[in-house]
Amino acid sequence: MQESLMPQIKKAAKKSLKARENELAMTNKQLEILNGGLFAEGELPYFKDKIAEVGQFPLRPKKLEILQINVGYMCNQVCEHCHVDAGPDRKEIMTRETMKLCLEVIRNTGAHTLDLTGGAPEMNPDFRWFVEEASKAGIQDFIVRSNLTIIRANKKYYDLPEFFKKHNVHVVSSMPHYTRGKTDKQRGDGVFDKSIKALQELNAVGYGMPGSSLRLDLVYNPSGAFLPSDQAALENDFKKALKEDFNIDFHSLFTITNLPISRFLDYLIASENYEDYMYALVEAYNPAAVENVMCTNTISVSWDGWLYDCDFNQMLDLKVASKVKHIKDYNEDVLKDRNIIISQHCYGCTAGAGSSCQGTVA
Amino acid sequence: MHFKGITRRGNPLDNKHKKQYTNHYKMEDTYYHPADLRKFSKITEWSEELGTKFFDYYGKVFEEGALSAREKSLIALAVAHVVKCPYCIDAYTKDGLQRGITKEEMMEAVHAGAAIESGATLVHGVQMMNKYNKLSM
Repeated sequence: MQESLMPQIKKAAKKSLKARENELAMTNKQLEILNGGLFAEGELPYFKDKIAEVGQFPLRPKKLEILQINVGYMCNQVCEHCHVDAGPDRKEIMTRETMKLCLEVIRNTGAHTLDLTGGAPEMNPDFRWFVEEASKAGIQDFIVRSNLTIIRANKKYYDLPEFFKKHNVHVVSSMPHYTRGKTDKQRGDGVFDKSIKALQELNAVGYGMPGSSLRLDLVYNPSGAFLPSDQAALENDFKKALKEDFNIDFHSLFTITNLPISRFLDYLIASENYEDYMYALVEAYNPAAVENVMCTNTISVSWDGWLYDCDFNQMLDLKVASKVKHIKDYNEDVLKDRNIIISQHCYGCTAGAGSSCQGTVA
Repeated sequence: MHFKGITRRGNPLDNKHKKQYTNHYKMEDTYYHPADLRKFSKITEWSEELGTKFFDYYGKVFEEGALSAREKSLIALAVAHVVKCPYCIDAYTKDGLQRGITKEEMMEAVHAGAAIESGATLVHGVQMMNKYNKLSM
């Protein structure tokens, strides 16, 4: 009797949607949902119509600032909200040949930021070689998005903090909350403790310390069907709690809204939160955020060299609407003259203070 | 489809009225409907001046002030429980999650509200005792 009153704890999935052969692993199925339902019925406006109101349709790129390269979808974690559907079972990994093409671009790009992401980028066997080569290009800000636990996942990764330091890499790490319960629920059991240990190790080599040039920023994704709140207030809460409880320092906290694609879309539908979440995104639409939405200053490169307006479009397989579609033909002048591909997931980047891989935009 | 309560009183509605009257869901299901929360701002349509003044006031109240917006969110959650407003409970649970407020903090806030509410009942026990004493020999 008592047991039936206990809340049911959903076990986190251990496999990607792709490995589970879930139909949401298919991008056309996701787009069908995003373009149908509430939007097709006229309950909510299409993103296209919303940005047309402020003269932003078609959405056009501005100056390229960020080159984001996804070196593979393999990851040591299977986070419930992951828009990449990453996991240990994903075999899509960037080859050294494709990396060479990327390096050619990195040496000549007008972008000031290089942003490596995954999956867990460190799991790519050529990751270190790529970082060493790319760091020679002298790009102003060289980001690696690390999930933290990878640093503690295996002996061969233990020296990553030193490796990052050697190449003056800017580390951006996911941390859904400063409490164990919320972190582990989203990212899996034990993730919180490993993340704390990894942050302490990064601090130990100088990352994230006040005044240190070794930048360590954290990324906060809400652990559920709600939007992030004020970035500055959350940063204060994170700083206070992590310092008091674990003596951890970091520089900035970026709040990122979960976009309704891939595993997060699966979660929204399974938990019957999809409609409410889409209403919340549309209600929070901020025209001021459209101005600086990240696809206007970013090019995203996939593990196999295709080009996208952003990492989310990459996961929906919406390649750039340009003659240049692949890294082998890369040309920034040609790419600049394109219309950015949008769908209803884009409401995620224009909600509230806006959202990008660098946090809020408005 | 039958609309209990209305048809029983011999007042059948045609489809057009049914839609207008029932607002896409069956009235007999519940007085409260979660989807109504997002229609809250529509109260302004029937009284623009008062509705607008209310929402301006409401917005101002929850801004950062001598109390942080986070503290006010927890107060709102406690009051939501005391006044037993399902819309407010939904809204301020979500608001708390968005602000990174933990479930332990939320539950403590609910207990603070519940303690005041039960205290308000119990303190009337003194009135009962006074009356009892006055009437007794």
